[in-house]
Amino acid sequence: MPWLHWGVIAIVLPLAGAMSCFLWPRRAIPLGLVTALGIVTCVAGLGWQLVEQGAQRYAVGGWGAPLGIDLYADGLSLLMLMATAAVGLGVSIYSIGYFNREKARYFWPLWMFLWAALNALFLSADIFNLYVTLELLGLAAVALVALAGGAEALTGAMRYLLVSLLGSLFYLLGVALLYHSFGSVDIAILAARVESSPAVWAAVGLISAGLLLKTALFPLHFWLPSTHASAPAPVSALLSALVVKASFYILLRLWLEIFPPTSAVLGQLLALLGATAVLWGGLQALRQTRLKMLIAYSTVAQLGYLFLAFPLASITGWTGALYMLLSHAVAKTAIFMAAGNILYFGGHDRIADLDRVVQRLPLTVTAFALAGASIMGLPPSGGFIAKWLLLEAAIRSGQWWWGGILILGGLLSAAWVFKVVGYAFTRSRAPHESRAVPVGMEWSALAMSMVAILLGLFASWPLALMEIGLPFGGKGAE
Amino acid sequence: MIPAVLYALVGMGLFALGLFALIVHTHLLRKILAINVMASGVFLVLVALAARTRGAVPDPVPHAMVITGIVVAVSATALALALMLRVSAETGRAELPEEPLE
Repeated sequence: MPWLHWGVIAIVLPLAGAMSCFLWPRRAIPLGLVTALGIVTCVAGLGWQLVEQGAQRYAVGGWGAPLGIDLYADGLSLLMLMATAAVGLGVSIYSIGYFNREKARYFWPLWMFLWAALNALFLSADIFNLYVTLELLGLAAVALVALAGGAEALTGAMRYLLVSLLGSLFYLLGVALLYHSFGSVDIAILAARVESSPAVWAAVGLISAGLLLKTALFPLHFWLPSTHASAPAPVSALLSALVVKASFYILLRLWLEIFPPTSAVLGQLLALLGATAVLWGGLQALRQTRLKMLIAYSTVAQLGYLFLAFPLASITGWTGALYMLLSHAVAKTAIFMAAGNILYFGGHDRIADLDRVVQRLPLTVTAFALAGASIMGLPPSGGFIAKWLLLEAAIRSGQWWWGGILILGGLLSAAWVFKVVGYAFTRSRAPHESRAVPVGMEWSALAMSMVAILLGLFASWPLALMEIGLPFGGKGAE
Repeated sequence: MIPAVLYALVGMGLFALGLFALIVHTHLLRKILAINVMASGVFLVLVALAARTRGAVPDPVPHAMVITGIVVAVSATALALALMLRVSAETGRAELPEEPLE
């Protein structure tokens, strides 16, 4: 089976890369870059394979589903892998300039472990394996946050670790109940056997609670802003772009495949929380005085949009949510990179003291503005396509009020983007010391923001890839 | 069937007790211990529910899951303890601040 090469290598390669970066810290940067390029190649190969042959299932070690661990790849997993590869490549290049030699030797192994966990998570076909990958992801992410050092980052990492473990334990208890009820942890087998019962509802509740805590849906977002803001810039980008999306991916996958079809009330509740997150996150973002804190609150808002698809339950709605996830991942990476550049340049990220940064870091501010356009949902960006799809789904299902949330959220995003860009043009009272930003950091931020715009111009390709294996075709069909 | 259900209920009780302790206590070591109590509760549920019918050989799969879970819990605890030491070295207290640091 030729698919074996791509999917399995996409998991094994970053693991091997992490170990080699750890063993040869002096060579960590070239080793890491080679691994990153290798992973991107694997994901491209897997994509080509899926286009040619449709969704793929692979039994690891030749052991079948009931006992062994299966890997499964369809359009949904492929797009998540591609988003990870795109963001991962950008962050890898960015981090060369960002970290000094001492920090780089810790960053690369941890980042490669994180990448391995993400790839394994998106390819897993059983809920227990998802738990293991979720924990791998959490531990690597916590260690990366702590990399910044200092009281703020360490307490942020500690809080993140406790939250992450708590979420995983809720999830694991849910898995235990599901296994007890149906005697399997394989998603496909569970989907065939699942029926409504008190144990299943308890499991749905526990799993959802755990995953929502990890996805930081309002009001469980309390840990996110301080953690994401205190981490080093490339790590903030990874956390906001990918790590919170991983638990959302699990929730989406389980919702589409396993959860009983009568969960309409739960869907409405999730969308209500999502709508509150959009408004609350947007308002809090406007109130912040520090740039990274502002961006972190914007992540809270943007995560809210993803949950608006749950009551719509149509293919257009799911596609819109997934597109929102992709474009936010890319755009937020660019924005955190830009914020990292500003922080690197001026030594602080107080918004009011940006001091004509537009003249000194024109590429960075361009990247910020372009990515900001995608976050706002201006055409022709990825964010626009996503909001358009969600709006269409909302109107078609007769629930136009969710569309109102999309528009209000867009206005709030516009307000903070213009606020920051405005301060970037004005002179601050106290001019400050500055140091030159490495070229790679500026260009990688710009490249990521270009990708966010290109996602809008070439939307038909990712949308076509999503169709592979019809991930939304089952219960989501109208 | 009764003992298995009893063990599972005890496991649920441990989970709830751990959750309560995690929320109530401020010292990080107590929080880490609370997480471990919660994890033990989940493992007890998994092990207990493996005995599906009285007298039959228990299902080995949940036991394998528990072993994996223990490995995860040990490594997470190690990371948590290391972080706690760094936090207390940096801030002078092994607690999380109520308000975010400025």
